[in-house]
Order: sequence, then C-alpha cells, then structure tokens
Amino acid sequence: MRLTVGLAQIYPKLADVRANLDKHLDYIERAVAQGVDLLVFPELSLTGYQVQDLVPEVAIRASASDPTFARLLDASRRLDLMVGFVHQDQRNRFYIAAAYLSGGEVQHIHHKIYLPTYGMFDESRYFDQGEQIRAFDTRFGRVGMLICEDFWHMSPAYLLWLDGADMLLFQSSSPSRGLDGGDRLSGSRWVELVNQAYGSMFTNYVIHCNRVGYEDGKNFWGGSSIVNPDGDLLLHGTYFDETLLVQTIDLNQLHRTRSRLPLLRDERPELVYRELDRILNKERDS
Amino acid sequence: MTAPIPLSNSSPNGKPDLSERLNINTEIARKMLTGFIQDEISKVRMKRAVLGLSGGIDSALSAYLSAEALGADNVLVVRMPYKTSSADSLSDAEKVIDALGLPSLTVEITPMADALFGQFPDMTNTRKGNIMARLRMTILYDQSVAWGGLVMGTSNKTEMLLGYSTIYGDSGVALHPIGDLYKTQVRQLSATLGIPDSILTKAPSADLWTGQTDEGELGFTYADVDQVLYLLVDERYTVEEVIEEGFARPFVEDVWRRVKINHYKRTMPNIAKLSRRTIGHDFLYLRDYV
Repeated sequence: MRLTVGLAQIYPKLADVRANLDKHLDYIERAVAQGVDLLVFPELSLTGYQVQDLVPEVAIRASASDPTFARLLDASRRLDLMVGFVHQDQRNRFYIAAAYLSGGEVQHIHHKIYLPTYGMFDESRYFDQGEQIRAFDTRFGRVGMLICEDFWHMSPAYLLWLDGADMLLFQSSSPSRGLDGGDRLSGSRWVELVNQAYGSMFTNYVIHCNRVGYEDGKNFWGGSSIVNPDGDLLLHGTYFDETLLVQTIDLNQLHRTRSRLPLLRDERPELVYRELDRILNKERDS
Repeated sequence: MTAPIPLSNSSPNGKPDLSERLNINTEIARKMLTGFIQDEISKVRMKRAVLGLSGGIDSALSAYLSAEALGADNVLVVRMPYKTSSADSLSDAEKVIDALGLPSLTVEITPMADALFGQFPDMTNTRKGNIMARLRMTILYDQSVAWGGLVMGTSNKTEMLLGYSTIYGDSGVALHPIGDLYKTQVRQLSATLGIPDSILTKAPSADLWTGQTDEGELGFTYADVDQVLYLLVDERYTVEEVIEEGFARPFVEDVWRRVKINHYKRTMPNIAKLSRRTIGHDFLYLRDYV
C-alpha cells in the first residue's frame, strides 16, 4: 500500500487564527492537487508558537461547532489532516494539541505530554500537560501522534509503538539553535538523529513536520523529514523556507523490514512492566 | 592577561579545540540573519532601515546583511564623525557605501557635542564618549522618522555581554541582527561577505578619542575573551572550570564580574509592581505580536 504524505512546512502568523486557517486551506488545495493522502502541519500551526497571554484568545473547542474546525473538518473529506492548535477543554484548561481529522470527523486529539519549561521555553506557565499516550486507527493503518518535546523523551514513542502505531506522526515548533561549524544547526542534527533512531529501533515510519519563520528573534528551522523502517531519511534538508513537501511512502516496507529484523516481535513489554514496577516501588519505598 | 594553554584536538569532553568551537557555518548564519532582518522590518509594515556606519567591522557587517536582506536602496547609512574621529574611519565607511551603493548621509556631531562639553570643562573621556554615542542615537532615531526605517543595531555578543556599550546610546536600537555573534564570529562572517580588507584587519575601536582601541581599553584581546565568554555563557562552565581550561584566574574573574555588573544594560528597567497585572511582570506578549 502506497501513501502520499504532505508536510506543510509553514510559517504561522502569531495569534492570527483566521490568517492561519486561510493558509491551511491554501496548503490543502495544493496538497490535493498533488495527490496527497495525509497532510501534516506543524505544532500550533493555527496559532503560532509563543502565544503567551494570548492563549485564551486563540484557544479552540475542537468540534464542528467551532468555525475554524468546521472548515478543516470539511476539508478532511478530501484528505486526512494533522493540525496543531490550542485546545480548550470542557473545564477551560488549555493544551498544546494535535488533531487528526479524516472523513469529516475528529479521529483523535493528542495533548502534549512534555511541556518544556527551561532555557528559552516557558510552556508550563500557559498550558496543562496531557495525560494520555494512545495510538489510533486510520484508513492508512494504526498511527500515533506526538508533539515536539514529547519525542525528545523516548517513552511516548515506545508506548505508541507497543500500542500498535506503525507510523509516528511528529509535529514541532522547534527553534533554531546551536550554530557551529557543522553543515546543519546542532539542534537540527539532534532531531534528525533521534528520528532516525526511532525509525531504526521501532522499524517504523517516522513523519515529522517542523515550522519555519521567526518569533521575537527565534528562528524555526523547518527541515521536515520522513524516516523509513530501515532508519533511512527518505526526505529531509529543506531548512528555513516555507514549503509543501510531498513524498510517497510504501507501507509494505514495514513487513519487509520486520521480516528481516523482528525487533517488534522480540520486544518484551511484560519484562519492561515488571522492571518498571520494581523501580517505581523501590522509589516509593525509599 | 595570558594566552590560553594550547589544547589538543580532542579535549577531554570530546569537543573540538576551543578556538575551533567558535567557528560557525557562515552560510547558515547569513541565511538566518538576513531572514531575521526582512522579517522584523516587514512585520511592522516597513521595508527600510537606517544604521550608523562607523567604519568598523560591526556596522559594516550590519550594513552588508541589511543590504542583502532589504535591497541597498532601502538601507540609509549615516556617518556621524566627531572632530577627533580618525580619517580612516570615514574612508573605510566610504568603501562600504561605494561597494554596496547605499544611500548615505554625513552628520557632524562636533558642534552639538562641543556645545555640551563646553559647559563641563573637566568632563572625562567616558562622559564624552557616552554623550557622543547618545547624540548618534538621537540622529539615527530622527532619521528613522525622516527615512521611514527601523534603526538597525550593530552590537555584537561580546560587547553586549561585557557591557562595553553606552546605555541608550549604541544600545538604543530597534533590532539586533548580530547580537548573538561573538566578535571572533563577526570577523569570520564578515570575511565571507566581501567586506573590505582594511575593515577586516584594523584594530577594533569605538573611536571616541584619538588612539582608543577596544582591546587597549578592555585590557584583553577579543580572541581570548570570546573563548572565556563562550565557555561561561554558551557552555555554562563555572569560573573554576574555565580556569582549569588554562585561562588566568584574574582574567576570568574580571570577565565574569563585568558580565554581571552590566546586566542592567541588557534588560528593561524594573517596574514596581502594584496591580494584579503589570507590564514587565505578568503582561506577557511577544514584541513581534503586532
């Protein structure tokens, strides 16, 4: 089974949901014209990244009654979408969220688990942290979504893998940092290394969309990429520029790689569970 | 001041030689910085910039990046000599103007500066230097309105960290394109952009009085202080760890003292909080939110 993936490596306008919705719809048109089946947008693609005290103004209740979501749900009848937004739940808590939309329905919402609050990051000041890591079924098989810092920790990707995800969909607003003498920013190198490690160790597809543009002197490096189950980068290296990247992937590669390399078959989650239980109980007892 | 002990190519933490660690990929820097200039200026619905051109490397680099980002026609450069300014400064600035085809102005600050200096006969060089820097800021902000462009900063990371600047003088700008490049890196990037050799090779100077050089006034070289600052700031070494890398204790302690005592120059003045929501405390929006 072949699947054409689009990565909408966009520059969202800070806190301007209407302008960003228009940009989403524009990219959707372009993606449909190129035969894209699944179009992935970056983290907080509808709002921009550092929304700070604007969080309540840009937050969305994710349903067809929301005018922004209504337009995106309508578009999801033509191709599947992963978008980034600020989610306001029933009790008015705010989350950095990713929604998977397909066939006019919200199929899954992921709340960012790990909110970086160190260095240049201040997410916990504004957002509540997600509490669930769940894979879910799509018309292309079972997938899992993570947002930026979520995949800097290996446990969320590991759990999604065990929960049946053969494709990991990552979105980020990753600021550029670590300019040195190398061919890429050290921050970019690090993320690409990690994504290749996930592809290799989980024998999975890893699809990553990162934004571009600037916010208050911070640049976002783009470099959206796709790693195949052999750990090879099928697509990468378009840094800094706003663009739609399109790549067809062959989902049959999953069975070929896993026939050669049965890491999933041989994984021992019960052992992990027992040892984690021991470690956590020991911590509780100490 | 002492030179650092030479390090082997593979230091104990597995990183390249210290002097090599300041190397940057200049193509990436150029892309990010010209993009930043375009972005900051277009976000406020403008397309022009104005900057003071001293004849030194920092303002030359800022002019080259600005011209590439905005188009030379959109970058007004202003030379603002005082009567003691060196002739080389003016001619080096002229080389940049000619090479890039920039619109330019020359505004002598001697009459306005001397008018103030004359009222305080025992004024020190430091006070005079500060006044000259603030007069230049005043002229640039006036041209900002006349020209319809933002005032481009020309400060680098070394001088911002050391506080080697005049508050509300050269620090009074709208954006800082080279504020995250150490002086060593400013030189590296400048060399790749075709900046004239006479600017690349001369001793850095604020040119506030005859014979002044930065390194003479500071008491150390940029090559040395950049390495120390890089370890302290970027790599978060402690002072003791930097000394273990082979730098003299008095030098390292002096650098870190300068960084700390001049922190006020890098921050906005504190606002006394009274209400529930106060500017600068919990009224948080990006500057770019426009």
